Amino acid sequence: MNAWKKHLGIVLPLLTVTALALWPVVTDNPANRESVFTILKAVALASSLNILLGYTGYVSFGHIVFYGFGGYVGIYLLTEKGWSLGEALLAGGVASGLLALLLGSAILRLRGAYFALATIGVNEAMRAFINNFELFGGPTGITLKFSVYKEYGGAAQALQTAFYIGAGLALLALILSYMVRSSKFGLGLLAIRENEDAAEVMGVVTPRAKTWAYVLSAIIPGMVGVLFFFKNGNVEPHDAFPLHSSIELLVMVMLGGQGTVFGPILGAFAYQGMRGYLVTSPVFKDIQLSVSGVLLLVIVLFIPAGAIGWLRHRIPPLRRLLA
Amino acid sequence: MTILLSVQGVSKRFGGLQALTNVTFDLPQGQILGLIGPNGAGKTTLFNAINGVFPPEEGRILFREKDVTRAKPYEHAHLGMARTHQIVQPLNDLTVRENVMVGACFGHEQHPLTHAAKIADEVLEFVGLAAKAEQLAGSLNVTQKKRLEMARALAARPYLLLLDEVLAGLNPSEIDGMIQTILKIREKGITIIMIEHLMKAVMNVSDRIIVLDYGQQIAEGSPEEIAKNEKVIEAYLGDPKLAEQLLEEE
Repeated sequence: MNAWKKHLGIVLPLLTVTALALWPVVTDNPANRESVFTILKAVALASSLNILLGYTGYVSFGHIVFYGFGGYVGIYLLTEKGWSLGEALLAGGVASGLLALLLGSAILRLRGAYFALATIGVNEAMRAFINNFELFGGPTGITLKFSVYKEYGGAAQALQTAFYIGAGLALLALILSYMVRSSKFGLGLLAIRENEDAAEVMGVVTPRAKTWAYVLSAIIPGMVGVLFFFKNGNVEPHDAFPLHSSIELLVMVMLGGQGTVFGPILGAFAYQGMRGYLVTSPVFKDIQLSVSGVLLLVIVLFIPAGAIGWLRHRIPPLRRLLA
Repeated sequence: MTILLSVQGVSKRFGGLQALTNVTFDLPQGQILGLIGPNGAGKTTLFNAINGVFPPEEGRILFREKDVTRAKPYEHAHLGMARTHQIVQPLNDLTVRENVMVGACFGHEQHPLTHAAKIADEVLEFVGLAAKAEQLAGSLNVTQKKRLEMARALAARPYLLLLDEVLAGLNPSEIDGMIQTILKIREKGITIIMIEHLMKAVMNVSDRIIVLDYGQQIAEGSPEEIAKNEKVIEAYLGDPKLAEQLLEEE
């Protein structure tokens, strides 16, 4: 009972995402499945970004680089080396984790706006590099051979499988996020977010903690990249490193509540819902990104803690439930 | 008597400003060392040099016989040094208890979370903040934030505690309370260096006092010796003879 109470904070996130994932299965509707997949993908990416943005306080404008890079590595291994989807997913995660380890030791010395700018630079540099990297197909990218899907019972069945894996990755991201949040390592990250110099004086080994936070925030995006491009059938530089997606992820985390486990779920759900409405609305369809820009501005100005942060602040008894 | 901290010929320069010149002293275990001097004398800079925030250009710092001159602040913390800040640095969006747990988790003894929570509660009781444990640190007033700084440092269970003006801005009854707390800390066997402007307090609690002026160590000794030292009076009050001379000329 006590252990159950202690970990109340993870219950609501897991239940919400499980319910979300079961909805298209129960209704047996492929259209629902696709929209839910988009939300699950956003949940996995936003929850991962939250480890860096929400817990550690480092704003990354280029987090999508891990999604693109992991995706490329996985799809390459899948098509050219004949690896299975499972192996490719792991490889994509490992590749992105290693990239973060390498980048982190270089750019995590920077703070605030300088770090944010560096992350944009990294994303653009990676896109330019992949564009000219013949092994990964240069500007045309890599296209999956249709025969790859045969192993997974044909294209239709492969889509279904990809959906389940997507749900699994979203749940994994939540569990990782919660484990970080409730660990000693996580307390060190929160201390860095609040005051890096004070944290260092109190004994937090800040360079190491920040690098690990960066690595942990990169692994699942790498896996999600592999899964998405597997489902998509091809990967191109343009689709793998979209800067605007990085910004959309920031909006989701900020909207739902940075630094909370449940916030990114709410943010991903709300933002994808809004986006779905905007891109189909005749008035907003061309300016949907401006709407998210305005939204970000409004959040930062009026509710910087996001929806969950605001609720936690207003209604203290909810703190236990909304970790 | 074991020497806990040995500062040997430490000099620090910021651009054209010589902030510390050849500061040298030994600190035996269990003592309270008072560090006084006019504003800008280099007191906080000396703290920053001792705990690795701004390593000195010249000289050596030995802590428990280890050379820590170039070590990072977190390495100092792991070795058993803890400090408070003159300008309080609370982790605003964390609770008071979590603030103190950071000290216990990552400082000298590196406790796991559950144990750190227990230590935090003990230390909060000791500094008189137990009732505020669940509040966010940002919601405390200045006095409470100063106590929180002290609690975080104590939770690490350090050998050496650096207190940077913990009495500044407190009212007389709060000052008495804080002095009692400092004396109780010494009873636990923790060595203390305290920077303080409030003479009454520093004279009462210190075993020894060092006076800094323009980065130079102008005097060192027991509180009685310091009170009579002409150089010290001059640094604080200007030239005492000048006043006499002016009176005679009248």
